[in-house]
Amino acid sequence: MANYITMKNICKNYIGVQALKNVDFSLDRGEIHCLVGGNGSGKSTLIKVLSGVNQPEPGGEIIIDGKTFSSLSVQESIKQGIRVIYQDLALFPNLSIKENIAFQIYGETNSPIVDWDAVESRAKAAMEIIGLDMDPDRLVGSLSIAEQQLVEITRSLVGELKLLILDEPTASLTRKEVNALFAAIRRLQARGVTTMFVSHKMNEIFEIAEKVTVIRDGEIIGAYPPAELDDDKLVYFMTGKTFRTEAPDPIDPSAGFILETKNLTKKDEFEDISIQVRKGEILGITGLLGSGRTEFALSIFGMNPPDSGEIWIDGKKEKITSNVRAQKLKIAYVPEDRLSQGVILDQPILENLTITVFERFLEKFGLMNLKKRRSESEKMVQDLLMKISSLDAPMRTLSGGNQQKGVLAKWLATNPRLLILDEPTVGIDVYAKNSIYELIKNLARTGMGIILISDEILEVLSNCHRVLVMEQGKIVHELTPNENSAAELLEKFNLA
Amino acid sequence: MSKVKSIFTSSNAFLVYLLVVMILIVTIINPNFLSAENFLTILRSSAYSGIFAIGFLFVLICGGLDVSFAAVATVGQYIAGKVMINAPGTPWIFVVLIPPLVGVLLAGFNAFMIYKLNAPPLIITIAIQNIVFGVLQFVTQGRWLSNFPKWFNEFPLKLVVSTENSNGVLYGLSVLTVIWFAVAAIADFILKKTVYGRRLYAMGGNIEAARRGGIDILKYQMFAYGFLGFCSGLAGLVHTMVTQTVAPNTLIGNEFYTIAAVVLGGANIFGGSGSVFGTVMGVIIMAVLTNALTIMRVPAYWHQVFTGGILIASMAVTAAHARRAYKKG
Ligand SMILES: Nc1ncnc2c1ncn2[C@@H]1O[C@H](COP(=O)(O)OP(=O)(O)OP(=O)(O)O)[C@@H](O)[C@H]1O
Ligand SMILES: [Mg+2]
Repeated sequence: MANYITMKNICKNYIGVQALKNVDFSLDRGEIHCLVGGNGSGKSTLIKVLSGVNQPEPGGEIIIDGKTFSSLSVQESIKQGIRVIYQDLALFPNLSIKENIAFQIYGETNSPIVDWDAVESRAKAAMEIIGLDMDPDRLVGSLSIAEQQLVEITRSLVGELKLLILDEPTASLTRKEVNALFAAIRRLQARGVTTMFVSHKMNEIFEIAEKVTVIRDGEIIGAYPPAELDDDKLVYFMTGKTFRTEAPDPIDPSAGFILETKNLTKKDEFEDISIQVRKGEILGITGLLGSGRTEFALSIFGMNPPDSGEIWIDGKKEKITSNVRAQKLKIAYVPEDRLSQGVILDQPILENLTITVFERFLEKFGLMNLKKRRSESEKMVQDLLMKISSLDAPMRTLSGGNQQKGVLAKWLATNPRLLILDEPTVGIDVYAKNSIYELIKNLARTGMGIILISDEILEVLSNCHRVLVMEQGKIVHELTPNENSAAELLEKFNLA
Repeated sequence: MSKVKSIFTSSNAFLVYLLVVMILIVTIINPNFLSAENFLTILRSSAYSGIFAIGFLFVLICGGLDVSFAAVATVGQYIAGKVMINAPGTPWIFVVLIPPLVGVLLAGFNAFMIYKLNAPPLIITIAIQNIVFGVLQFVTQGRWLSNFPKWFNEFPLKLVVSTENSNGVLYGLSVLTVIWFAVAAIADFILKKTVYGRRLYAMGGNIEAARRGGIDILKYQMFAYGFLGFCSGLAGLVHTMVTQTVAPNTLIGNEFYTIAAVVLGGANIFGGSGSVFGTVMGVIIMAVLTNALTIMRVPAYWHQVFTGGILIASMAVTAAHARRAYKKG
């Protein structure tokens, strides 16, 4: 294949961090190229250099189709046919789907007048390619995160597209949506479009990539054809280490129930859900997005009270009608879209980590023990392998995955008796995933009850004592994981 | 089908209902209120605040804020007034161009400072408002300007359509009202049909996304603030035409009235939404309220209580609508 883009000797410094160190990177025309690396290794930064959002330090070169640039501006990058879908979406919630999709065409013509027919037809054409079946007049702010992401992907198809860059596009998509996305990428490939792709999900990388570039701590380790790699090798290249996951410790069958629900029902959301979670048990709930699992979890956390049914906490019947009540009962819920719900971007990391537990550091006269707060924060950072320059840096300066870890850490710190984790490892690199699994298992050992909600079958199978499958608001299957479980789930429910 | 339905349930429809209900209530209490003549008078006397409001809407939509518009307008008024008095022979076209030009320059300066200092627009424009007001007081020594040329006295009395009332007095649609509506029509066109307008909405919705999409933020902020500056100058001119005096302290201090009208009209104070129709309705509702309370001889301090009340009520309705729009799309 012909060379399309070559980047030579690219460096990028932020205050206190060298995010890219003499990076050489190249893309062939029409290939599907995967960029992998741990959280904070510089993937997003490299992408921002290509998209013109960040300018590299002087001395580097970006050669596109034989033309050499020392840096790109956003406009120049767009002109070169480069489109990026970022980790944090860049949509206009106050505008319609069609206007969001066709937004780029405003810059194409010299006419100041908007051609609404063209907006509509271009948007519809792009929606067709992705298979997005929605009313183009709906406001984007009314869509779910997954739907918004599809809109964003659809948007990149409008205008002249030569290179599509996707920064963790599958993080919040269901398997079905991922299939649709991959199909779209291949269709684009047939038209000569090059795709660059960041993902932390190994199976996806091997499924779609034709070339894999590994980056670690801002340095390129190498570029490999996927045939030369396997899971273990890739993880080794990314982290320089190898490791294994172990099944959780067996639970004490005589341990009491921390949570029991009896026939919990909410119209159009979930129906007749009766589950039990013992002390020290990790219960997995899986099922496609939209199966009602998040709604169910929220009902236990008081944010979505059920129409009927009972909730028992530690053997006592409770009415939980608010999240304040739930927190009093020592229930913690780590939400699915942590980035929008859980971080204060301009506040220091230290504040973000301790916001849920600051009472713990209060001493006589309500004064805060700053030393203790700092040392506990440091421990949280270590436990989750967060990559940070300093506890006092604003949250905004962290890579996407490290922000996620921060939110997780702050909820774990509340030391609840029932912990509900909704997709806890989305966007987190393989190595840190493992440390989170370890952490969850350690918490269970202390007697905490844990509900782990996840799309990733392997994640629930290898870390839970029991797994429930939800479909259209009902529990349709229960199993105790063994080596045949993955095949069973695939066969019965088409969950890959 | 769903489009027809949305006409009756949109937040703009709420404004129409609110106006009708207000008119009905006031008419029941005081039948003199409901007359074409009174209504046309209201439209004439609120022309200047209507023009302010449309300019202010642009800045709100793009996610900005500017409270210096009244001060900016007063500068334009004062310079135009001085020119008319010191050089009465100056052709009218030059005189009427002065205030909008001054407005564009000062507001453009605002936009530039906000962008360059990356400072909150509220703080910058409060600062500018104070500086301008102080300088004005120094320069004018608090003296009023009046005795403008004849053409300036006569023009604002022109009626575009007119008829006589029962006492034989001529009344009708004032040329000032027409100017207001013309500005509104142009603004509506810009917002709905041009790339400029759509990009303002986009910036107000998600400025980071706008930046990544290659929008030149400074240029569009200059455009929005500049448009407000233009409207401020024009509004100041219209205001001078109505009152035939220039005093440094009539417009300044009443900014809240305009801001309230725009927010009442459904614009989001945090940017990204708002319409010209809603803004015009907001101004009319505020004016009708003031007029009705005056006719009913309600003491002035109660006006403020009513204004506040209406504002809160409309916020509640707008919030409910927004929630519904985001839920159902
Ligand atoms: N605006 C910024 N200011 C300071 N440091 C930053 C900034 N953005 C990123 N960094 C730092 O640069 C490094 C690389 O970050 P980058 O976002 O490129 O990582 P990434 O590989 O995309 O990680 P992830 O998988 O978590 O998304 C990190 O150490 C991060 O903390
Ligand atoms: Mg990243």
